[in-house]
Amino acid sequence: MRYVSGERLTCGLLILLFLTFFAVNVWAEDQTEKVIKITAKKFEYSPNEIRLKKGAPAILEFTSLDRLHGFNCPDLNIRTDINPGQVSTVRIVPQKAGSYDFHCDIFCGEGHEDMTGTIIVEE
Amino acid sequence: MNLDRRDFFKLVGISSAVFVLSPDHFAGAMDKPGQEDFSFVQMSDSHWGFNDPKINPDSQGTLKKAIEYVNSLETQPDFIVFTGDLTHSTEDPKERRKRMAEFRDIVSELKVKNIKFLPGEHDASFDNGQAFQEFFGKTHYVFDHKGVHFIAIDNVSEKTSTIGDAQLQWLSEILKPLDKESPIVVLTHRPLFDLLPKWDWWTQDGAKAIELLMPFKNVVVLYGHIHQENQHVAGHIPLYSAKGLMYPLPAPGSLPKRIQLPWDAADPYKGLGFRSVAKGTGKAGYPEYQLTGFSVVNKGGGYR
Repeated sequence: MRYVSGERLTCGLLILLFLTFFAVNVWAEDQTEKVIKITAKKFEYSPNEIRLKKGAPAILEFTSLDRLHGFNCPDLNIRTDINPGQVSTVRIVPQKAGSYDFHCDIFCGEGHEDMTGTIIVEE
Repeated sequence: MNLDRRDFFKLVGISSAVFVLSPDHFAGAMDKPGQEDFSFVQMSDSHWGFNDPKINPDSQGTLKKAIEYVNSLETQPDFIVFTGDLTHSTEDPKERRKRMAEFRDIVSELKVKNIKFLPGEHDASFDNGQAFQEFFGKTHYVFDHKGVHFIAIDNVSEKTSTIGDAQLQWLSEILKPLDKESPIVVLTHRPLFDLLPKWDWWTQDGAKAIELLMPFKNVVVLYGHIHQENQHVAGHIPLYSAKGLMYPLPAPGSLPKRIQLPWDAADPYKGLGFRSVAKGTGKAGYPEYQLTGFSVVNKGGGYR
């Protein structure tokens, strides 16, 4: 039977500890909710392209600069009203990479149909 | 009035895009006493008040020309239905009423005086249908015509363009006493199914209305909103959209954006039109609906 010296054991444990610490940090970073601020006004969202990472939780934080708008991303099954003077939030943990269109679903005027954007979920 | 197939074509004058709903859709829906054959015209999405010469240089004349065409049909329809977006949206309540008054004056030129109106979101979304009701009456209602039950559903006045629980309850009550084989025509503005949600071509709670209609064997849904003809079947229920009378829109998902298609100088009024719906009687005595598309002006050969 071979015995491992105390020195080697300590060194091994330290490496293991370091790797565990590193992995937890990376995981924790992934799990930190990314907050993305989005403004809505007639007839646009800013930004209108939102990039997210697959599996990483994110908070979409909406404010309206003029009137009541909506946010609806049917393929990701998320929606909210965006009331002026209030912050509306939607939490999302995208499960599949891809491109998902969203639109204003509260009729807001002549350019309402142009009030759209895209969420891009990356691997 | 009983119309045979030859009469149908006579009725519609220059026929194009004729689509006859197969009797399979109406299995068991035999004509019953009190049912007669008839026709009506569906006009939609006239967007009165819209003004962009690149999209429609005849924005002031298109609706009027379509009305002249309807008036020239050899056999006049029993009634005419406008399935929403009568006017183009404006946030100014005074201007909204002005557009509605102008629209009402223009359609008063129709020979047929029995006209049914439904709102679209351009008419009703800003004020929950208040101005619309002042000019055209209720936003959802029922009427019977020669044995067919017509149900007008409002899926635009709610801020998120939904039908809403109260109206769904009303629909449920309306349907409760009806025989499951009763012929029903549902009129609405937006599609009651998920045609293309990312283009807002859907009704968020439309599936609930379809569910209520599903036990009925003889239902047809006619709608507007998408400015083009589209056919879809939900279970056994066919749903048909109509062309608009101001500007065409792209086929669902065919372009990255849902843009208004520009005017084609080589083919004026391309993509615009109205249609006739003729309720006849099929071979086995089943009711048969014949949809016939018309352009805005009589081009002597149909609109395609």
